[in-house]
Amino acid sequence: MTTPPTASLAPRSGLPVLRTLRLLGGGWLVRVSAVILVLFVLVAALGPLLAPQDPTFGDLENTLVGPSAAHWLGTDQGGHDTFSALIEGTRTSLIGPLAVVLSSTVAGIAVGLFSAWCGGWVDAAVSRVLDILFAFPSLLLAILAVALFGKGITAPVLAMAIAYMPYTARLVRGLTVQEKTRPYIAAYQVQGHSPVFTAVRRLLPTIGPTVLAQSTVNFGYALLDLAALSFLGLGVQPPTPDWGAMINQAQAAILQGQPLSAIVPATAIVVVVVAFNIVGEHLGDRLAGRES
Amino acid sequence: MSARLETARAVAVAALRRLAGMAATLLVTSFLVFSSLYLAPGDPVSFLIRGRSPDPQELVALRHRYGFDKPFPVRYWNWLDGVLHGDFGQSYLFHQSVAAVIWSRLPSTLLLVAVSTLMIAVVGVGAGVVGALRRGTRTDSAVLLMVTFGAAVPSFVAAIVLRSVLGVRLGWFPTIGNGTGTLDRLHHIVLPAIALSVTFMALVTRVTRSAMLDELRREHVEVALSRGLPRRTVVRRHVFRNALGPVVTVSGLLVSGMLVSTAIVETAFGMSGIGSLLVQSVDELDFQVVQAIVLLVVAAFVVVNTLVDLLYPLIDPRVAAAGSAR
Repeated sequence: MTTPPTASLAPRSGLPVLRTLRLLGGGWLVRVSAVILVLFVLVAALGPLLAPQDPTFGDLENTLVGPSAAHWLGTDQGGHDTFSALIEGTRTSLIGPLAVVLSSTVAGIAVGLFSAWCGGWVDAAVSRVLDILFAFPSLLLAILAVALFGKGITAPVLAMAIAYMPYTARLVRGLTVQEKTRPYIAAYQVQGHSPVFTAVRRLLPTIGPTVLAQSTVNFGYALLDLAALSFLGLGVQPPTPDWGAMINQAQAAILQGQPLSAIVPATAIVVVVVAFNIVGEHLGDRLAGRES
Repeated sequence: MSARLETARAVAVAALRRLAGMAATLLVTSFLVFSSLYLAPGDPVSFLIRGRSPDPQELVALRHRYGFDKPFPVRYWNWLDGVLHGDFGQSYLFHQSVAAVIWSRLPSTLLLVAVSTLMIAVVGVGAGVVGALRRGTRTDSAVLLMVTFGAAVPSFVAAIVLRSVLGVRLGWFPTIGNGTGTLDRLHHIVLPAIALSVTFMALVTRVTRSAMLDELRREHVEVALSRGLPRRTVVRRHVFRNALGPVVTVSGLLVSGMLVSTAIVETAFGMSGIGSLLVQSVDELDFQVVQAIVLLVVAAFVVVNTLVDLLYPLIDPRVAAAGSAR
């Protein structure tokens, strides 16, 4: 593969998407990843409109069939159309990680800013609490949440928001401690702006991009955790289509030598996570490069 | 002479403070794990016995163990006292003590984790070193590609691919169960161990590679090379040894991460162990087993991290000289 020709040929005009892509910069890998992510978001948004069949409908006369005109990616052992399940599962598979990343980022920014801004013993105490939270792996906390509140993804999403929060909080804290010593912050304070205003309206925009890079990478990890939970049968429950749950359902088919209905959602998971990692790390690298 | 004594004292004080910190962290985490029970909707006793018809005697034992009539701190203390004496309560699913249930499954999980650790250490560190030494070459690109994809291949995906290709299609490895006898057990553990290692291998490779690159750029390496020391010696004694620090630092994360991931791998391969026990217990509403496993995994993380901190001065004497006390 080479650089997407449309991106390099179209000069200043072109579709807004392409312009955004150019702003993102990076090599073809980053651009391809960004395109993949946009595609999956579109699929998640349109969902049922794109699915050729109802993925909850089990055609028991056509179980575990290979790819055909009727079933582009075959069917699973319940006769469900794998392609349709993949498409409708996109929404469930992406909305959980999105909730985790949004809530953990907001909470992490609040905790990090507060901690660094107060300094002193508050900062020390918050750091200790974060250290303790680091001891709880996100998937373990999610499993504990299921044990307490029952299967589904609401409780695990909340638990994982708590588990991911310390990563953002520590990053924000570190950045804020650095930025606080810069003259522009002192200038705002001398002018009599409130600490909250200075922190949220002036400091946050400067550190925002770095936090965004971290959150992008976190999205990939959260997706893996939630997919694992559904794979274990503790997360999204059938018949709701979900990539992790699809792999779980396909376990018996694998032993029968028909792994397609597991390989399809597994590939989707890996592709999306790789794309998130590439875009996230590229954002991080770019920001690091700009600052040095 | 007195300076050395001083340093030794500083190290001892730092170590004691670190151990005290570990005890405090363990206390707080155990408290959190204990109180999680009270987050569950409804009355704790009915939560613990839900899904089964309670035997009056069991109910009395449960009320006694959890001391629901006593104030919260006393209840926690009772529970902690039990845990410290190896009493994690009763498993309703197995009609055995939780400790016995966990104990019987611990060896197979530890074997799985040990084999994976070996793979991660050999392949992960090896690939990281090779990538750093051949920076910018095709080999390095291959290593980086492996890191990017490895980090994104979750253990359950690795498990299904390994199972269907090497297990079902080629028939080289068994696809289910733990096996019996040493050789058979090892044969059964190959695929699960690979599935468990992939993600962590990628992490270790990346950390090793960047630590090696950092060290290779250092002045003392250039000095050693310009003085005519063979590159091999410099890499081994000056670069690799210093690069080990960051690698060892992630081992706490690795241990707890692997222990949690055994839930996925053991379930995927139908193996008996702590991980599959955790999933089964959540499924069967056997909360006391869940609580005990969560506590053990968290404790493993805290203890390994403390050990790393304590052993770090042996790897990197500069830390000992600084008398770090975090």
